[in-house]
Amino acid sequence: MSLLEIHNLSLSIHGAPVLDHVSLSIDPGQIVAVTGESGSGKSMTALAVMQLLPAGTVATGSVRLDGHAVLNSPEDEMCRLRGAAVGMVFQEPMTALNPVKTIGDQVMETILIHKAMPRDAARTRAQEVLTRVGLPPDRFPLSRYPHELSGGQRQRVVIAMAIALRPRLLIADEPTTALDVTTQAQILDLLKGLVTEYGMGLLMITHDLAVVADMADRIVVMQKGRVVETGATDHLLRHMQHPYTRMLFQASGHRVALPAPPAPAPLLEVRNVVRDYRLPRTRLFEKPVHHRAVDHVSFTLNRSERLGLVGESGCGKSTLTRAILGLEEVQRGQILLDGQPVFTGHKPNLAVRRKMQVVFQDPFGSFNPRHRVARLITEPFHLLEAPPTGSERQHRIAEMLTAVGLSPDDAGKYIHEFSGGQRQRIAIARALMIRPELILFDEAVSALDVSVRAQILDLLAELCAAYDLTYLFISHDLSVVRTITDRVMVMQSGKIVEQGETERVFADPQHPYTQTLIQAVPKLPEIGQGAA
Amino acid sequence: MLRYALKRLISLALSLAVASVVIFAVIEVAPGDPASFMLGVNAQPETLAALRAELGLDVSRPQRYLNWVSGMLAGDFGTSYTYRTPVAQMVADRLWVSLPLALYALTLSTLIAFPVGIYAAARRGKPGDLAVMGATQLGIAVPNFWFAMMLVLIFAINLRWFNAGGFAGWDNGLWAGLHSLTLPAIALALPQAAILARVMRSALLDILGEDFMRTARAKGLSRRQALWRHGVRNALIPVLTIIGLQFSFLLAGSIIIEQVFYLPGLGRLVFQAISARDLIVVESVVMLLVFAVITVNFLVDLAYAAVDPRLRSRT
Repeated sequence: MSLLEIHNLSLSIHGAPVLDHVSLSIDPGQIVAVTGESGSGKSMTALAVMQLLPAGTVATGSVRLDGHAVLNSPEDEMCRLRGAAVGMVFQEPMTALNPVKTIGDQVMETILIHKAMPRDAARTRAQEVLTRVGLPPDRFPLSRYPHELSGGQRQRVVIAMAIALRPRLLIADEPTTALDVTTQAQILDLLKGLVTEYGMGLLMITHDLAVVADMADRIVVMQKGRVVETGATDHLLRHMQHPYTRMLFQASGHRVALPAPPAPAPLLEVRNVVRDYRLPRTRLFEKPVHHRAVDHVSFTLNRSERLGLVGESGCGKSTLTRAILGLEEVQRGQILLDGQPVFTGHKPNLAVRRKMQVVFQDPFGSFNPRHRVARLITEPFHLLEAPPTGSERQHRIAEMLTAVGLSPDDAGKYIHEFSGGQRQRIAIARALMIRPELILFDEAVSALDVSVRAQILDLLAELCAAYDLTYLFISHDLSVVRTITDRVMVMQSGKIVEQGETERVFADPQHPYTQTLIQAVPKLPEIGQGAA
Repeated sequence: MLRYALKRLISLALSLAVASVVIFAVIEVAPGDPASFMLGVNAQPETLAALRAELGLDVSRPQRYLNWVSGMLAGDFGTSYTYRTPVAQMVADRLWVSLPLALYALTLSTLIAFPVGIYAAARRGKPGDLAVMGATQLGIAVPNFWFAMMLVLIFAINLRWFNAGGFAGWDNGLWAGLHSLTLPAIALALPQAAILARVMRSALLDILGEDFMRTARAKGLSRRQALWRHGVRNALIPVLTIIGLQFSFLLAGSIIIEQVFYLPGLGRLVFQAISARDLIVVESVVMLLVFAVITVNFLVDLAYAAVDPRLRSRT
């Protein structure tokens, strides 16, 4: 008998269908990955197993966990199962832990709430599981608070809480999506190890096929609340049947063709830039300590060149981006655009500032929800001395919306009427509005589904050909940077450790850090490409 | 934690110093000479000069400021212009009414607000929550003196459980004193409790939406366990802020209630002192209130750090 048996599970929330006859099963020691894009119902499937569904959910079908029917079973019975028979790990390690309780208390709580053992034994067990997940008590005492740990370490604590009672089933909902590639590789290793060691079943929810390709025993592909394809990983990747599966597969390895860059002519010059942050003093009269976020960085970005900047979180790429945009003053060095400094005196130079635009990561937070699209995308006009008015302005709006694949009629709509991908198109239209000489893309496609991401990358390639764009593409996603840039720089602890032509760097990385990064990127096996 | 407390303590001392200068300056620019006010318009210049010397008004301003501050530090707040008694004694007598009243009201308001706020948050959108929201809306809208009059009408005039006004004093025992402060404390506490309950509710609702609450449920905690173990402590930060503000208000702002219940409190003392241009009393009481407010803020800061470990390390 299977450990988890989901049969014909249908869900609706306040009447809106969410899941439609979903069936899947997991055996002990087996890893089953559920994949699909946002809105496909993969997280809802996981929450249905935990019976932690939002209010107003109506469920039919059956979910059997280790022989118990969990669907619509009484709440106190579910409380006994949760944490003991089934553990769960969530996506956002930064917020998944209670900030005012120590990690020891939080891990012990799983044990104590189920009255599994006395307090002393629970403490010993908490130390054991924390050691098992890579946080030995001699370096990470139980008295630590979550804010004293990094994202990866917090995710380890969450995993420790989930496995403290050795549940038969572990559910991991996008456990590595918020983490850097190297941390992601470590967490995936840990999960794999736990499954073999404890003989647990693992239900892994992910939007990224590559993450599970060399880990899952079975893959379940979901689209709009339905399972469209399922099978043993190897077989499924080799013989994809459903067009949606093929589309997902192709989109995650999507390549675009960029026009060849012209002869180098410097546009942006960054010379020996240093940015220090003053850290709070720990004693009253000691000398203030500085953290060097950007450490003697120099590079040149040529006109019509597409340059990538990669590195893990905290490596200084955001600080460097802000410095280039003139949002922050640097302590040493110079940043020149077209030979003019972005900072004159202690003020940003407006003449230079109007030659740059930026596209941010979050397509939901970067627009004022009370303005219409026409007003949103014409905002950069305030940088110009003589912004276009009247019909010229209307014409410009229509042209830009068309250029990014939207309709000129969209100008009168509000931002909530658009999907994430459309919003990112609007963000690009806003950036292109004043025909800047340089665009900075700060994780601009990281929050998008693979298929939408592929479309946006195609759009960028088209715009490169049409408008001769020069951009700096900042991302932690190496596969995207690989296809969308001509040259790439790798940043580690404030320093550029390697730079060169993108293909050359990816094919033959010289610096050990670059090698580690590229090694850690989950790869889709080549086999699927032929079938697709 | 110790360093955090020390830092807060230094900032407390600085705030007090700045406040004393500001208060002194404001009182100085206020028109009217206390001496001529006391003696009336027909006073002889010699008498006026003698009185000014007696009151210490004949020296330079910086000197007067220093005299005032050093006096206060030694416990000497000067002599009231109108009553000719030491200000320190007057203020101390009134403080023995106002401080217990404020603490009493704050305790009541907290005791009401916590369970009510938590109850409402746990039943969001359900009849219990709606009832709480309606009742607290009313509690905020109705002025506290109206509550005071209703309380007097019901409990003093009809039921005769309490006196309608006056203060029995602490000499007749703790119970007699508390008994005579009960109705005013309830009248003061009700609107404050209504505000605090709403703050507690909305702070808890914010916390209930946090990821770590879901994590707690995934560990096997029931809704109620998750609320009590992970919710309440996280919701305390905004609640503590409001409690701090409310205490300051209760200490000085209860003048109307003191009037209704005929209590010899600080509020009435200030009111009378202002009417009589008894600036030395006004100065002293205001300084005392500033001291109380700053001290309460210091205590609230310490409470923040006790509740939230992130504040402890960010010194």
